[in-house]
Amino acid sequence: MPFSDPTADGPAIARASQRAIQAGGGLDATLRAAKEIRAQSAAPIILFGYYNPILVRGEAKTVDDAAASGVDGLLVVDLPLDEGVELRTRAATHDMPIIPLVTPATLPSRLDQIRALDRKKIGFVYYVSVTGVTGAANANLNKAATAAAAVRAAVNAPVVIGFGVDGPEKARAAATGADGVVIGTAIVRRVENADSLDDGIAEVSSFLGEIRGALGPNG
Amino acid sequence: MQAPASSSNPGYFGPYGGRFVAETLVAALDELTAAVDSIVHGKEFQKEWRDLLANYVGRPTPLSEATRLARAIDPESKLISRLFLKREDLCHTGAHKINNALGQVLLAKKMGKKRVIAETGAGQHGVATATACALFDVPCEIYMGAEDVLRQAPNVERMALFGARVIAVTDGSRTLKDAMNSAIRDWVTNVKDTYYCIGSAAGPHPYPSLVAELQTVIGEEARAQIIDRTGGLPDAVVACVGGGSNAIGIFRGFMKDESVALYGVEAAGEGLNSTRHAATLTKGRVGVLHGSKSYVLCDDGGQITEAHSVSAGLDYPGVGPEHAWLKDTGRARYISATDQEALAAAQLVAQTEGILPALETSHPFAKLTDVATELAAKKAGPKTLLLCCSGRGDKDLETLMRAREERA
Repeated sequence: MPFSDPTADGPAIARASQRAIQAGGGLDATLRAAKEIRAQSAAPIILFGYYNPILVRGEAKTVDDAAASGVDGLLVVDLPLDEGVELRTRAATHDMPIIPLVTPATLPSRLDQIRALDRKKIGFVYYVSVTGVTGAANANLNKAATAAAAVRAAVNAPVVIGFGVDGPEKARAAATGADGVVIGTAIVRRVENADSLDDGIAEVSSFLGEIRGALGPNG
Repeated sequence: MQAPASSSNPGYFGPYGGRFVAETLVAALDELTAAVDSIVHGKEFQKEWRDLLANYVGRPTPLSEATRLARAIDPESKLISRLFLKREDLCHTGAHKINNALGQVLLAKKMGKKRVIAETGAGQHGVATATACALFDVPCEIYMGAEDVLRQAPNVERMALFGARVIAVTDGSRTLKDAMNSAIRDWVTNVKDTYYCIGSAAGPHPYPSLVAELQTVIGEEARAQIIDRTGGLPDAVVACVGGGSNAIGIFRGFMKDESVALYGVEAAGEGLNSTRHAATLTKGRVGVLHGSKSYVLCDDGGQITEAHSVSAGLDYPGVGPEHAWLKDTGRARYISATDQEALAAAQLVAQTEGILPALETSHPFAKLTDVATELAAKKAGPKTLLLCCSGRGDKDLETLMRAREERA
């Protein structure tokens, strides 16, 4: 879900948001795309973005439309636990989780808060590998994997790791402590640098093939 | 009717405010909230900060009566009997921003932070922060939109002289909004030992409350001074509103005085019916930008739109959450002045009072007749007005000279 002012994202995803908005993209277009994908694929769909487009469109309407479009969950970067009560409650009527984020700076008391929530409301926890924005080059995924494993035990929910996973090696390191790995910037960069749509699809497919290979049979 | 952040709903002014930030910043905002309580509200901090305000900033700032200006606007004293200016332009560094910057950098020092960052639009907050950092020997980096770097060049040079590093932001509209995006990204990355010194009464809790608290000195002084000079309260207080820090500072001094009307003046840019304005409260809608819920300028899809004002300090598509609440409750009224009205007002104030106001400050100057006319509709007789002269216009010389040439 592109947003004009993505303050938790690095330059690659910020530029992608700008390109999408300039091309007429936004929350409506994202929901339409989700619906089209859902018609052809059973793969889970999680939408990621910022709160203002959801608030302006209406929280209830957005969640209802997302559910009707086959979306399985939402991740709203600038909507921390305390501010997300209404959205979570509405989403829960569709069994749609609002994925919480946990970072190296998150205090243990917040993990208790997450643990206390209905698992259906959170789905899984997104562990942010660095204090920083997306696309960080210096992410230490070995360290993140250790921390994520501890978070998984503390919240009693599956954990995925994201931020700074830019290739097979880092994906493998991250996977040692998590149930999944999130790759954003590395894909967005390949799309940005592609000469054509076909070229972009080929680039991303081959890149994801490498990642899957590194993660082994369950990748 | 003041609406402080209540304990049951911390950081909210009615439905506005809150903390809409990435999870990485939540612990830092908790730490800051605790520090406001334990440090800012402590005797030691208050003594040091008040001492700086008196002996470094030059407070209390004077209250000047602007008789020639009042007569130029209203020759027969039908609408305006007396006009007073709260002279924040006489603060060290040239604007009210120093009150807040000194407070926050002193706080950063006491919190043990090693580095201070800030965003700036007109450059006044950047200069104030760079000044405070020079005084306290703290490394300082200032984010400023590339467009603002061009139009406020003197302030960029000043920041550099104070030893700050100015980072020109080339994203988006290349103005204050984008500078704030970059500052937030820096803070997310370096949150452990960096203090983010926000210049406006905006951003996530506790910033709107903290900044307002540090600017309330304007209203406290002005209230005592005007009672001393006139024996009573003014009929209205008028101030410019971008993010709204000088306005909230002077408003808070008069919040409980129900007879005093509060007027905020936003930037109407090239006109409210154009797309080029920054009148967030007048033309915006409820949304979330830079960490708090308030009014914002955005399209139907929730994408933030670019603001425009001749004044860099008002060129922002958001506004502090307390102003949103004051608007909804009706305690304050928000109007707007165009670029041309502000430029003409700057010239008039200079020629009648020998005071060159900042272009931000020129907006309320442009609306004095409108305010007095509105007040007259409710209660007959000429009125006493108090205007927050929030900054001086030295930084705007180039824009003012160009406008003069265009008129000539």
